[in-house]
Amino acid sequence: MSFTSLKNLPLKESLAPGHRLCDGCGIPHVVRYALKAVDDHSVVIVNATGCLEVCTTPYPYTSWRVPYVHTLFGNTGAVASGIVETIEKLSSEKRSQYFDVIVFAGDGGTFDIGLQALSGALERGHDFLYICYDNEAYMNTGNQRSSATPMYSRTTTSYAGKAIPGKLERKKDIIGIVVAHGIKYAATASISHWRDYMTKVRKGVEVKGPAFIHVLQPCQTGWRYDPALTIKMAKMAVDANVFPLIEVEKGKYKITYRPPKKILVADYLKPQRRFAHLFLPENDHLIRQIQQYVDQNWERLNKLEKFSETG
Amino acid sequence: MIMKQKSVALVGDQAVAHAVRQSNVDLIAAYPITPQTIIVETLNEFLSNGELSARYINVESEHSALSAVIGGSLAGGRTFTATASQGLGLMQEVLYVASGLRCPIIMAVTTRAMSAPINIHADHSDVMGSRDAGWMQIFCENVQEAYDLTLMAFRLAERDDVLLPIMVNLDGFLISHTMEDLKILEDSVVSEYLPPRVASLKLDPERPMTFGSFALPDYYTEFKRQQVEGIENALRAAPEEWKRFEALSGRKYTVTRPHFMDGAEIALVSMGTSAGTARYAASKMREDGLKVGALSVRLFRPFPSEEVKKALVNVNVIVVMDRTVSFGAYGGPLFNEITPLLYGTNDSPTIANFIYGLGGRDVTWRMMVDATEIALKKKKTGEKIPKAQFLGVRE
Repeated sequence: MSFTSLKNLPLKESLAPGHRLCDGCGIPHVVRYALKAVDDHSVVIVNATGCLEVCTTPYPYTSWRVPYVHTLFGNTGAVASGIVETIEKLSSEKRSQYFDVIVFAGDGGTFDIGLQALSGALERGHDFLYICYDNEAYMNTGNQRSSATPMYSRTTTSYAGKAIPGKLERKKDIIGIVVAHGIKYAATASISHWRDYMTKVRKGVEVKGPAFIHVLQPCQTGWRYDPALTIKMAKMAVDANVFPLIEVEKGKYKITYRPPKKILVADYLKPQRRFAHLFLPENDHLIRQIQQYVDQNWERLNKLEKFSETG
Repeated sequence: MIMKQKSVALVGDQAVAHAVRQSNVDLIAAYPITPQTIIVETLNEFLSNGELSARYINVESEHSALSAVIGGSLAGGRTFTATASQGLGLMQEVLYVASGLRCPIIMAVTTRAMSAPINIHADHSDVMGSRDAGWMQIFCENVQEAYDLTLMAFRLAERDDVLLPIMVNLDGFLISHTMEDLKILEDSVVSEYLPPRVASLKLDPERPMTFGSFALPDYYTEFKRQQVEGIENALRAAPEEWKRFEALSGRKYTVTRPHFMDGAEIALVSMGTSAGTARYAASKMREDGLKVGALSVRLFRPFPSEEVKKALVNVNVIVVMDRTVSFGAYGGPLFNEITPLLYGTNDSPTIANFIYGLGGRDVTWRMMVDATEIALKKKKTGEKIPKAQFLGVRE
């Protein structure tokens, strides 16, 4: 299936428009594009605790038109494992209808508390697609630092003050971690690049065994920008090479989108008040440091791609 | 009709594994922990030999073990896992989800002391720490019971009027690693007794449902209220299911097991393997002319209050044996269940609570006699409900 234009996408909405996510939230894009990409499959959603769960399932309401399970914060990899193994058995015995399993979990539920369960599931090779919507902090509890929070970002637990300029550590390389498990498909995606994302979702569902997609999901309340700019923020992150779009098929790295016009990291940071302190004159060197890390990472990915091509 | 059965010699863990092998289980999640490990090892041997049709997941922790079987259960499968001690501790938050989502998971718990200090032997500190997690809890006295009660648990848990998970508790090493002879049913007989699960609610694309939604103060209480109904229905459902099993096996199970309780003036109340010791102690004291009986509480959750009250209401001196400490409490968990039942009855009996057998410390029939003598002294001094005391401790 190819996704030629927005107008031609399936009209079916598996996530109903009635939900409680914030204005300008990027999560519905992550979910809707993914489910439209596999419109012709029967799917079951496994969701970690977080914004998506809280805002779509306030009893007695639900926004889900497909079967949905939420259990805990740090166990989605394990719950998905159990569902996949059971439905494979039950459907082969004609006791149930077969379905694909798609996990949605935030960065806290993936990079931090859910990492062990995810690692176990990837190592064992169950057939499911895991989509991490990364808003770069614990946004459901009000913007606390996670290991996905970018360097020098201000959160409520990595406060930018006179002595410490926000989070001092770099963002964890989750793709590197999942790829190290030897899974057949891993990718990054951005809600601004919907065709790239949907193509990756399609591949992830169709590959036999576990697949992982890491999607950047701008969060206006945590990142503190104008809610009208969500898609723009997602695009700027890609154009600044802060969030490069790549895929790793059977260990081979490929950059799936090269920004035709690269922008500076500072241009991307500027509209976000979580980075406001970096624009004080005394913190200029911090922005330069981020730019340097971003450039190094881009170079690293290009080398990985080249190495993958030449073997 | 009582079916033909085979006599075999097995340790408790193997007996549980045989029950699971025969039970048309769809999914097993396995993580090793002493003294449960033989259960998952034996099941894996069955799997590798083609004797087990279940899917088997070697998970990376107990947290994931229980999470995986919740997934399998919601997908409509029959599921099993096993654990003990720290493993049950690691499952703590997941336990509440399993019962809250009404997943009829069966979990064997080879009871074992909680760390620190680390200890691998039997006591009930693990299962008693989870007594309010919404699971049913059934205590086994020996290897035969471990086999029978595991088989029966699946039917009880999956009933639509119950639909809750069950812990089948077998004392670590004392049952798990002790070889005894037992009778096992033919595979075909069990398969007929326990056909593959047909779940009335499950993950089904034809009938999309949301499991695990977010319930605020306006609905949370009603969810819990319904769970209470489910677990209390088991007080009626368990005897029904156990009678059905009795018709096949010839072995009778009741929610409590009274021994010499008719006309008893003194009662020894316990759970698990110590119940046999209590019965022996009672018979010894009977030889000395004391009217002692013993009561084994087999079903701890839901607590069979009516049966326990009926058995104890005419007893003057009650010795309650708790194999765990409820730190800072007046007495242990079993004592705390029993005492309110007897408030204001029979001129209020003397109820003496003893903490014993921690971390696998042996309890002998003579210690039970000592406990009874202490209780009789309390009766004489008019101390109705003395504070719990340790039995067999170095001070």
